[in-house]
Amino acid sequence: MHHDTPEQLQEKARQLVAEYVSKVDDLKPKERTKIPSQDMPAQDPEVRVHNLDEVALGYTFEQAQVEAIRCLQCVKKTCVEDCPVRIDIPGFVNHIAHGNLDQAAGVIKEASLLPAICGRVCPQETQCQQNCAVGKALKDVEKSVAIGRLERFVADWERKTGKISVPEVKSATGKKVAVVGSGPAGLVVAADCRREGHHVTIFEAFHKLGGVLRYGIPEFRLPNDIIDKEIQTLSAMGVEFKTNFVVGKTRKLKDLMEKDGYDAVFIGVGAGLPIFMGIEGENLVGVFSANEYLTRANLMRAFDKGHADTPIYQSRKVAVLGGGNVAMDSARMAKRLGAENVYVVYRRTEVEMPARKEEVEHAKEEGIEFLFLQNAKRILGSEDGRVNAMECVRFELGEPDASGRRRPIQVPNSEFMLDVDTVIVAIGNGSNPLLTQSTPGINLNKWGNITVDENQKTSMDRVFAGGDIVLGAATVILAMGEGRRAAAAINKMLAEEIERERKQ
Amino acid sequence: MAKILLKKQLSKDVFMMNLHAPLIAEERSAGQFIILQVDEDYGERIPLTIADANTTDGSITIIFQVVGKSTLQLSKMNEGDDVPALVGPLGRPTHVENFGTVVCVGGGIGVAPMHPIAQALKAAGNKVIIIIGARNKDLIILEEEMKAIADELIICTDDGSYGRKALVTQPLKEICERDPKPNMVIAIGPPIMMKFCSETTRPYDVFTQVSLNTIMVDGTGMCGGCRVNVGKEVKFVCVDGPEFDGHKVDFDNMMTRLNSYKSIERESHNCYLQSEIEAKEMK
Repeated sequence: MHHDTPEQLQEKARQLVAEYVSKVDDLKPKERTKIPSQDMPAQDPEVRVHNLDEVALGYTFEQAQVEAIRCLQCVKKTCVEDCPVRIDIPGFVNHIAHGNLDQAAGVIKEASLLPAICGRVCPQETQCQQNCAVGKALKDVEKSVAIGRLERFVADWERKTGKISVPEVKSATGKKVAVVGSGPAGLVVAADCRREGHHVTIFEAFHKLGGVLRYGIPEFRLPNDIIDKEIQTLSAMGVEFKTNFVVGKTRKLKDLMEKDGYDAVFIGVGAGLPIFMGIEGENLVGVFSANEYLTRANLMRAFDKGHADTPIYQSRKVAVLGGGNVAMDSARMAKRLGAENVYVVYRRTEVEMPARKEEVEHAKEEGIEFLFLQNAKRILGSEDGRVNAMECVRFELGEPDASGRRRPIQVPNSEFMLDVDTVIVAIGNGSNPLLTQSTPGINLNKWGNITVDENQKTSMDRVFAGGDIVLGAATVILAMGEGRRAAAAINKMLAEEIERERKQ
Repeated sequence: MAKILLKKQLSKDVFMMNLHAPLIAEERSAGQFIILQVDEDYGERIPLTIADANTTDGSITIIFQVVGKSTLQLSKMNEGDDVPALVGPLGRPTHVENFGTVVCVGGGIGVAPMHPIAQALKAAGNKVIIIIGARNKDLIILEEEMKAIADELIICTDDGSYGRKALVTQPLKEICERDPKPNMVIAIGPPIMMKFCSETTRPYDVFTQVSLNTIMVDGTGMCGGCRVNVGKEVKFVCVDGPEFDGHKVDFDNMMTRLNSYKSIERESHNCYLQSEIEAKEMK
């Protein structure tokens, strides 16, 4: 696979800017769709498999401008409709096309609080970019305007130029909001509630903040600096943080309200219960949940072998089971930790894989081998109880199932052995019952997810919930969307209460 | 952060510390554990059972044995120092009621987590028989504390340097043969001891509860590193345990899993010791 170097990409973009920027408002749609889409500059695959630095380097200003000029500024804004938080995409893209990055940032911030994160981890090809008119005209969704990359560009520009402003906080209301979990949903709730002048405390079970952004998503995809910056902003706004605090264990949820005086609670604890295959050999040494593998590598920094005290398994041949982003992250992390062969074993085909397209491409460039239409049947171990092989079975695609994807059907007598010493199970997460078990009065559905109304309100008075604990394992942006909605409802509830108290 | 209020060395490698953690002291029950780190950026998360708690001064007591780099570092911290990260109480509390006669078997450092359980069982009206086992006299801990609780106290050492020269399974077997047999056994100690205690009681059909200390990262059910086979089910020690029916636990698999990182850990410990020696020589 040949890619231009970052320098070559920049040179081409510079020429295109010279050609188009003077007539940015006068281009016809046909002229715009002819402008080549801008590739993301990336670290050389051979280099990056030996480091943890971010793979995608981000657009230069010229690349961003060229990409923005490709946007047709449609009247029917399908991109906005397909964005879970309804960012005015044509609006901010138009500002980039005109070189007004300040204004572009302002437009994004109206709807999204964490653009540097979403620009990196959103599955744009199934959201804003899916029905983009440019992609449709060119009959290739990959040729859609690269909205996510533009979003990231603006957010990075803002951060690097020190232009991130601390949102204004209204005068203190005397009301207290507890946010349980410091992942994407919780961070959004904290910011939105704090802005209204409420005292906000974020409770985090781990010793570091960020939830899945920190323990789950590796630095080569989302550097810790970016999470730290978002947290610094919250801290500057006066949000209080309590790490090493497991609500439900260190303190019961109802005690936060009854004893500690919190007027509202938002539960954003994520999914966080690893699902295993339930196959023979899964408890052998060398079989890990993706949660464990990634938490060791990311949060506990086990990749930094000289410094970290938390060990990580030394692997030579690794099988990763699953086809989502977590599977890609695990596979690519295993490669970076020194595995010679890394296989992603997925029982459907590449088309059905839920992972972000860019991550799949990056994984392939890094030498990850994809075994489609195959699945693990059992894991075999040596006498000392360590994994030494995995028996797989082949599948073919049958009729579509309830999810609309063609159902994989096992091919009889198609078993074969895969030579591996490590198996990472990345087939999803259930809902972790730690908090809900110790919180009677909170209603759950049959999968253990918290049930909420249209305002994210749970069955418990003053308690709201959002993100994966409600949705099941979903995406960062959906979690943020739910957080936004919950914060609005909490703010409304508290405002009404303040009003009532004032009248008395 | 949790300040070290008190530190005592109980034997060559065993230390006791009282840590300031008022919320944990208030919420914890017998059988639960905490996780701590000696370094928030690069330190391991170490699970340790809560040996005692005091709600008056808001402290919890931990007792730990130096087994590797992290516990060695912890042992070097002193009164007044802050443990950078401490979280808990984790796991399910021990189920305590009046069972009748309960035999508590504590092996080595396992006597520490046994102490609050024996205390709670005694308070619930049980006749409590305590068996303490250790390799030698120097490794016996909490003898006086246990004597204060026990209706009957038996001490054994492997080398006979104190108490009976026996493994804990010998007196345990004798007690099981008594008429009436005990209503319940609780065994806490090295995996191999808990395995053989369970095997000892199995023919007598005496319910035997064990407390497992497997490898874990988060301690909240998120990583699954602590999973064990219990009967036909896979359980997570951190949230489903740490206590399980010893007759159903697959100890062999558990012991294999405990050795997952043995070679890496030994290397890390040795590197640390080496650097300590070099640092001393430099002085």
